[in-house]
Amino acid sequence: MTVMTQMSTTINMPEMPGEEPLLIAQGLTRWYGRRIGCRNVSFDLYEGEVMAVVGESGSGKTTLLNLLSSQMEPSSGQVLYRMRDGVTRDLARMDEAERRLLARTDWGFVHQDPAMGLRMRISAGANVGERLMAIGWRHYGRIRDTGTNWLHQVEIDASRIDDIPMTYSGGMRQRLQIARNLVTQPRLILMDEPTGGLDVSVQARLLDLLRGLAADLALSVVVVTHDLAVARLLSHRIMVMKEGEVVETGLTDQVLDDPREPYTQLLVASILPP
Amino acid sequence: MPIALELIAVSKTFTMHLQGGLRLPVIAGVTFSVRAGECVVLTGRSGVGKSSVLKMIFGSYRCDAGQILLYNDGQRTDVANAPPRRMLALRRSTIGYVSQFLRAVPRVGTIDVVAEPLLGNGASREEVRSRAGDLLRRLNIPESLLNLPPATFSGGEQQRVNIARGFLPQLPVLLLDEPTASLDAANCAIVTSLIVEKKKRGTAIVAVVHDASVRDRIADSVVDLTNFAAAA
Repeated sequence: MTVMTQMSTTINMPEMPGEEPLLIAQGLTRWYGRRIGCRNVSFDLYEGEVMAVVGESGSGKTTLLNLLSSQMEPSSGQVLYRMRDGVTRDLARMDEAERRLLARTDWGFVHQDPAMGLRMRISAGANVGERLMAIGWRHYGRIRDTGTNWLHQVEIDASRIDDIPMTYSGGMRQRLQIARNLVTQPRLILMDEPTGGLDVSVQARLLDLLRGLAADLALSVVVVTHDLAVARLLSHRIMVMKEGEVVETGLTDQVLDDPREPYTQLLVASILPP
Repeated sequence: MPIALELIAVSKTFTMHLQGGLRLPVIAGVTFSVRAGECVVLTGRSGVGKSSVLKMIFGSYRCDAGQILLYNDGQRTDVANAPPRRMLALRRSTIGYVSQFLRAVPRVGTIDVVAEPLLGNGASREEVRSRAGDLLRRLNIPESLLNLPPATFSGGEQQRVNIARGFLPQLPVLLLDEPTASLDAANCAIVTSLIVEKKKRGTAIVAVVHDASVRDRIADSVVDLTNFAAAA
């Protein structure tokens, strides 16, 4: 429990006086009938921070992401989010339209399977442009220029802009999904195993891209992964989950180099050397 | 010169849960301080805990007992209790660490590996890259390698890339873990003079070095960790 107290303490840093967290989770709990999805998860996430949630399958990582993004209602606990106007609000008290607008503009969600985050039968350019049209952009030329620019940033050749994602490789689809998310300049990105199922070389390229984008755009990211190498490369902080509960938190290098809890030691010791 | 870093009664024990909760006490009661512009060299046999002390100061290892006080801009922070976010800020503004091995990011070119810690601090990418290039050239990294990822470099080249990355930012406290271990005499001399220059600019340094000639050139004082070995 001491770890939790430390995590949820608001730290007033001299470097950034008075800054408030962007996202606050307080005692998030979700039951599936009598089975626990996740229990009593609390943390603060600040702007520009990347937090990895690690743990094996069934540890509650994905449930947590769904609670954070309001795709699922918590059995108890709450999620607070600081809006662009500086006011921190309880997501449960917003109406559906407000939440949808937030999800479309200020948040991104990168799914493990790009097909879940993309429309597979419309062109790459339209996939990116759609998010812009959803927030009221109407000028075709501007939408196309912005879309092309984002495809370039995620290293997709401009000549592929009119192709549908069905014709893309797995790595390209994942990069397209990222472009579709980032085009509205969100402040919070939630990622569920973003490199899962990709070849190692493709993974490396994607990780490098994500790392650069998160730093350049000062994104706040919660990335769920079972791959500790991904957590090490991408995140500043780690939260280790087991059977729905947080067992250890801390700086990424601290948790991975000096794991304290039995479960974390087991996870770290189970990495196969290349 | 003012004190930049102070360790008071610092202890570390590893508990190995996978070995039935085996407890490995490493060090206990480590106490020393470093002033700005000074270099303290840690000595003691292999395994005595020299690297562990450096990692605790940097926050990569947790500190079980005692205080690790960092002083900067009139602020005092106890690293042993600092929240992750505070520690990350200190790593940008106050404390640097040159580890024994380079942990390279796939695909990122050497010059960008070195420039990275300075990006986002207001300086332009071009300027930072040009300074990174200058430092790498001074460390005898061939021009043809500057844009290649360092993963395939020799041990000595990787170590020099690592040193460049740690030395480029002008931070008040620098931790060096065997910075000259895999270098030839010429490169060793260059790194030694870089350390001496850092001291002149007021950086407080804690170093682990085995080479006696390097130690004699950089050390203002020596802390023998054998004196703080924890009773098993």
